[in-house]
Amino acid sequence: MGGALTGNESQGDLRSTLSATIDADERAASLRQTATQIRRSVMQMIGRARLGHVGGDFSVTDILTTLFFAVLRVDPRQPAAPGRDRLILSKGHCSAALYSTLALRGFFPVENLATFMQPLSALNGHPNRRKVPGVEANTGPLGHGLPIGVGCAAAAKLAKAPWRTFVVLGDGELQEGSNWEAAMCAGHRQLDNLIAVVDRNRLQQGARTEDTNRLEPLADRWRAFGWETVECDGHDHAALYQAFVAPMNGRPRCIIAKTIKGKGVSFIEDRVEWHHKVPSPEQVELALKELV
Amino acid sequence: MGASVSAPAATFDCRVAFAETLIDLAQSNERIVAVCNDSVGSSNLVGFQKTFPDRLINVGIAEQNMVGVAAGLVNGGFIPFVCAAAPFLTGRALEQIKVDVAYNGYPVVLCGMSPGMAYGELGPTHHSIEDLSWLRAIDGLSIVVPADPAQTRAAVRWAATAGLPAYLRISRTKTPSVSADDARAFAFGRADVLRHGDGLTIVATGLMVSRALAAADALAERGIRARVLNVSTIKPLDEAAIIAAARETKAIVTVEEAVIEGGLGAAVAEVVVRHAPVPMRMLGVKGFAPTGSVEFLFGHFGLTRDGIVAAALELKGQ
Repeated sequence: MGGALTGNESQGDLRSTLSATIDADERAASLRQTATQIRRSVMQMIGRARLGHVGGDFSVTDILTTLFFAVLRVDPRQPAAPGRDRLILSKGHCSAALYSTLALRGFFPVENLATFMQPLSALNGHPNRRKVPGVEANTGPLGHGLPIGVGCAAAAKLAKAPWRTFVVLGDGELQEGSNWEAAMCAGHRQLDNLIAVVDRNRLQQGARTEDTNRLEPLADRWRAFGWETVECDGHDHAALYQAFVAPMNGRPRCIIAKTIKGKGVSFIEDRVEWHHKVPSPEQVELALKELV
Repeated sequence: MGASVSAPAATFDCRVAFAETLIDLAQSNERIVAVCNDSVGSSNLVGFQKTFPDRLINVGIAEQNMVGVAAGLVNGGFIPFVCAAAPFLTGRALEQIKVDVAYNGYPVVLCGMSPGMAYGELGPTHHSIEDLSWLRAIDGLSIVVPADPAQTRAAVRWAATAGLPAYLRISRTKTPSVSADDARAFAFGRADVLRHGDGLTIVATGLMVSRALAAADALAERGIRARVLNVSTIKPLDEAAIIAAARETKAIVTVEEAVIEGGLGAAVAEVVVRHAPVPMRMLGVKGFAPTGSVEFLFGHFGLTRDGIVAAALELKGQ
């Protein structure tokens, strides 16, 4: 049986002191640096495992970085603390980005990342909350994260607790009807403690979203379901930060983060085939040269 | 020992016992919430809604969201009882039950209301005869089928504190009581011998238990002492009780208000064939039902005292 990962006491909470008083430019620069570290980690993990979803990992990296290193009230030493903010990665196939973010944030030792998708590793191709500290929900089949997130947000409302719920969605997965069941429910219940982020990289596994089953006008659709929407550059940490921390207005918020699939590596960016194509060892080296 | 079920016995809709117990538990445990899909009436939640309006989360007609929301409620510290008609809960939200509940290990209590052929004339779209087969394949999901109000009350109390992902199959079709008293009516994982005997064993679940007792009475008149085993926990199965029945009575008839492919009969056979092979007959629903009331359909498929007796006699070569 694969053992569960345990927390990393020695590494501790590297970023707990990243306070609100930090200068915005300084914060963005720090996040940029961390995001590069995460992309390098992802490239090494996928290169070693010969498996993974590098395109989506790179489009979502800046979203996860901003959340975990500047927004979420979480304590890696107490990953199940009842008052923590919840982050659910609905696009669970981008586990390499999530694992790298969690490890760098101190939820478990960075060395564990080398076991990604190895036999019996806790780091499965899709995240498992029972094995990996910091994972809130086992995801993989698409369209599951938002309903669970609505349940989390409803729980916080019932308990009159201040913690918030964030759900990171792929854009292609919005073709799953369950998302719209959940969106309707969150809008109806005016869950202003819930933020959904759509990683709008415009590509799905087989083709462009708009050529497959059109999502636009995407913001209009969320608004019609009772959400407020914010559109921003999904690789601009300052813009993402503002979108996350702006005061809520009595409704759930959907952030449509405009991203580039494969962001950061020239030969991977915006190419359908890199959804789950595995880079050759030479391509890994080339990518690492670009990721600085 | 089983109580007498000689007609005309009083009969009960188990949803009443379910709802009364849930309200009672919720009085003392603020973490208990109900989640439903526009099924306040059909799940008998009107009283719960009146008593705890904030703690009833009606997501509307959206079963996938309903089960996901329940998983999120567990994440946020609550104990959700998902109450929905069994066919839609288990069929429409099967992947959510597998992933959001069982694989996540979130102890959601899934309450499949009006299961089996309770909806009678409304037809196969509204019958839940596949649920036991579908759900039995899911790792870590407990399956409980109470046979009467006493078992229902005890099963709801168990589920509220078990901390396990679970499916409770709550009948609306009226059924007589088969339990002698509440205190011993139900223990999770325990199959109960309601009638002792060594001629053969009738293994039954849910509504079929009272019919099995009636069949045992009829068989006794023919000199066959039938053991009646009430399997109220389908998963995990009380393997010791099944093995004992096989070894001591040498023949088994199973009877369930569900398809036989993968349900109670299959579960019993899996144990019998490994540990104590004996001849078996499996009674259940054979394919999509024709139009008819639930009682008509029980007769149509032989899910009656006489149907059980006939299977037992055939098994005994009589």
